[in-house]
Amino acid sequence: MSATVGIVVFPGSNCELDVAWAIEQFGGVPRLVFHDEATLDGVDAVVLPGGFAHGDYLRTGAIARFSPVMRPVREFAASGGPVIGICNGFQVLTEAGMLPGALQKNAGLRFLCRTVPLLVETTDTVLTGLAERGSVLEIPINHFEGNYVCDDDTLRRLRDDDRVVVRYARNPNGSLDDIAGICSEGRNVVGLMPHPERACEPVLGSADGVVLIRSLLAAAAGERAAPGTAAAAAQ
Amino acid sequence: MARFSVRVDVTHRPGILDPQGATIERALPALGWSNVSEVSVGKSIHLTVDADDDASARLQVDEMCRRLLTNPVLEDYGVEIAAVEAAGTA
Repeated sequence: MSATVGIVVFPGSNCELDVAWAIEQFGGVPRLVFHDEATLDGVDAVVLPGGFAHGDYLRTGAIARFSPVMRPVREFAASGGPVIGICNGFQVLTEAGMLPGALQKNAGLRFLCRTVPLLVETTDTVLTGLAERGSVLEIPINHFEGNYVCDDDTLRRLRDDDRVVVRYARNPNGSLDDIAGICSEGRNVVGLMPHPERACEPVLGSADGVVLIRSLLAAAAGERAAPGTAAAAAQ
Repeated sequence: MARFSVRVDVTHRPGILDPQGATIERALPALGWSNVSEVSVGKSIHLTVDADDDASARLQVDEMCRRLLTNPVLEDYGVEIAAVEAAGTA
């Protein structure tokens, strides 16, 4: 049976249908989960998609983290379930304290919308299990606040524990240590600014996102087989 | 119960690059001000809080700052509180 991927829709999310399409394209079952729902109802993975949750008022992700749905998302992550935050979803995960650091305005104050080369730095995560370490993926970015910041201790820990998941081959936004995506200590929560779901068709410019979507689905299938072991299954 | 007027000043943490401040700092010399440095952009949040007393208001605003109004990775904050006369009381 295919893995079911819950895609969280906040007021102002706008990439949920792109994610749903990509999930479906590669054999998963997408299920939209609304921000005010109190349960995830047996999903095998969760994606927080891009957009402008709650208008990004105050700070990106600052209001979204208090949505009712974030409680089951947090519990699902704590039990080892795969949770991916893409772009605004990454910002929500940092505001929620599920990933360390924060994302601030791009150096140069430009909104960036272009396809960039990304280096896969580790395959020991629910998003990169099927990718090759050191490979370069062409994936679009589309953000104003993608400039990753954290304190020195956090950065040291991220590096020492191999938790930088993807780096920019050419830093577009001033991000600390060229960081484009990181994972949690348990390696089952991953946040990244680039949009793999928009790089799943050669006709759209790149199909390099496919390996990431497939990795997520494999991790979700592992979660279905044995809840709480997705991170291990993806290795 | 008393009413307090509160101003929270949110500032960029020192040591973290402030892209808005840096951009303004680069723009000012074009207008003739080449004597400006250390430009930083923050925000100011104004609230009215009903609380038993000044200490209670301060405590609550401090918690609001930590839980919602600021992100401690990027921002510091300062709080100013002033009592205001409640409407309808002499």
